Amino acid sequence: MDKGCSCCKNKNKADDIKRVSPILNISDITGGWKARWNIGRLKYTVKPGLYKIGDPLGDSEVFVTANYKMSFDRLRKNLKGINAWILVLETFGINVWCAAGKGTFGTDELVNRINKAGLKNMISHQRLIVPQLGAPGIAAHEVKKRSGFNVIYGPVRAVDIPGFLKNGLKKDPEMRKVTFTFLERLVLTPVEFVKAIKFFPIIVLILFLINKISGNSMPGPFYRDLLIYFGAFVSGTVLFPILLPFLPFRSFALKGWQLGIVYSVITNLIFYGSALGNPAGLFIIPVLVSFLSYNFTGSSTYTSLSGVEKELKLSLPLYGFSILSGIIVLLIKTFQG
Amino acid sequence: MGKKYLKNVAQLKLDPDKCTGCGICVVVCPHEVFRLEGNKAVIINRDFCMECGACGRNCSFGALDVRAGVGCASAIIKGKIKGTEPDCGCSQGPGCC
Repeated sequence: MDKGCSCCKNKNKADDIKRVSPILNISDITGGWKARWNIGRLKYTVKPGLYKIGDPLGDSEVFVTANYKMSFDRLRKNLKGINAWILVLETFGINVWCAAGKGTFGTDELVNRINKAGLKNMISHQRLIVPQLGAPGIAAHEVKKRSGFNVIYGPVRAVDIPGFLKNGLKKDPEMRKVTFTFLERLVLTPVEFVKAIKFFPIIVLILFLINKISGNSMPGPFYRDLLIYFGAFVSGTVLFPILLPFLPFRSFALKGWQLGIVYSVITNLIFYGSALGNPAGLFIIPVLVSFLSYNFTGSSTYTSLSGVEKELKLSLPLYGFSILSGIIVLLIKTFQG
Repeated sequence: MGKKYLKNVAQLKLDPDKCTGCGICVVVCPHEVFRLEGNKAVIINRDFCMECGACGRNCSFGALDVRAGVGCASAIIKGKIKGTEPDCGCSQGPGCC
């Protein structure tokens, strides 16, 4: 028959597209682990463009994702036994949800990528499965207008994709809901800790100066303070995310403040023999823990811009007042000898 | 307890006159803020709204008005310092959260 028919041309084009495996190898797993510890996280990317998994044909589904490698790996891992296309958008190494919030995982990029990849020549239908958490950046009706493709919002979690396909591209309510389980919070703690602890040298310097000024000749108090403040960083970045739903109140800053008070009282009991043994610490440490906890709003899955702004307005004056009180107490103590 | 954030802060408006009941807001909302009642969407859990903006962006009838943004402390602080809108600073390339 005619060698130049469109089906054969398509077949050749499809052959050029990189096939990826649904099975993660050791380097994928260690790469993901490193990213969780903030090691090269922002460079953990895959090249944007079209990929195939299994042997997709013209009627196979197209899954859209971000070029953060952990997002890409999470998707392909859950496409085991499925023949499909994967369209990776350029999000500069940022995951789908964050990139959608910033607009890089957005309508413009999706439409451009559809054209660049020549998707129309590969598939015979007009369906794109976009993760639901891409919706803050993508306007389905705009995509339709500009490219002809119908965006179907898939489940929040890639693990629900097989069920979603079985359901005939319909989501159960559970597939639409964002959660924040113990494990989901736990995996975030290394990055929180690693990012925060970068500021620890500042604390070391301040503690060193305080100890110098107050004339502590022994290194003991300095090391004790270092340990207490290191523990405060752990409280704000590791304990707080774990305990989040169990701490009273809704405000992250307030939740963290309480945690800081409890932590401070415990360290006072251990190192000073009484709950109020180090009153300056009681003023300052809860501020530190509260601020680190407040910072966790950026990683949480349910805080709003208006809410986080309101928290800042309420807590900044309190932080200032508390730190000032701490310094005054410290000065009084120092001059009283 | 649980995943409830501050009360009465979310800036989300639904204009029932413009709503056609297409249901896209129900589909994209990650926190079950909406439900279809009859042929209109209604807000059933306003305090669950995290202002992600997915509903507003995808409502082709302009029935939803949401103050979309990221509920991220460091973005807000950076924005305040620079005098800009809250921004992690990575929309143009690598180098942020």
